[in-house]
Amino acid sequence: MLLYLKVFVVGGLFCVLGETLILKTKLTPARILVLYVAAGAVLSALGLYAPLVRFAAAGATVPLTGFGHLLAQGAISAVQETGLLGAFTGGVSAAAGGIAAAVFFGFLAAVCFRPKPKDY
Amino acid sequence: MTEKNMKPDAKEALKRYAELVARLTPKSKLGQGCLRAFWVGGCICVLGQALTDIGTAWLQLTASSAASFASITLVFLTALLTGVGVFDRIARYAGAGTVVPITGFANAMASPAMEFKPEGWVLGTGARLFTIAGPVLVYGVSASVILGVLYYFIRW
Repeated sequence: MLLYLKVFVVGGLFCVLGETLILKTKLTPARILVLYVAAGAVLSALGLYAPLVRFAAAGATVPLTGFGHLLAQGAISAVQETGLLGAFTGGVSAAAGGIAAAVFFGFLAAVCFRPKPKDY
Repeated sequence: MTEKNMKPDAKEALKRYAELVARLTPKSKLGQGCLRAFWVGGCICVLGQALTDIGTAWLQLTASSAASFASITLVFLTALLTGVGVFDRIARYAGAGTVVPITGFANAMASPAMEFKPEGWVLGTGARLFTIAGPVLVYGVSASVILGVLYYFIRW
């Protein structure tokens, strides 16, 4: 149960940071997403993100920084296995599940549903 | 016209306008926004952890497969809720609470894909699917390639 508390608090704090950035710096959500993925990749390569994942599990992997972590770790471990080519294959292979799911289910949503009129 | 080559009185008016905006913008948006983002974002991560645990315990997945399973399920749920129009309501309440988790990425793909359906399957849905996901992938993938190449030469 303690793990779930850690997941909740760490995941929540990532979102609080995002909310603060949106309200204080006028960064759009799109820029927040880009910033989080890039920051996650860099922190991961510096070895700072893996300890956070060990501490908070999904609290660190579900936010978009976790996506960056997955990309960076994929590239680094593929370089260890196959050399320079791994820098190109590793990142996307590691994140393939999330990317393919987002593409496919996003497309499926467009096939199955009509856009709702925006009431704001 | 940039601020530099404006007439002095126009510059003054601009300054007064900025002061007016600052005065009339409701305060404490930040506290409320952060609280909402915190609990909704936290709950989404808890759901992700529950899905990971279900993946390992019931489906006998390895740790990394279970994490993929959790991401894919969250992406599926987001696309579904976006489709039926529920996700937008949650997102309006939670702000960054739904943007920062992988749900934000999934919603950013499903939402324009639906919205631009009238522009056609290829240049409407197909292209707009990547309006926000495109930049995320450009910078995420580029970062991973650069870090991979650096790692090859430096091996820290």
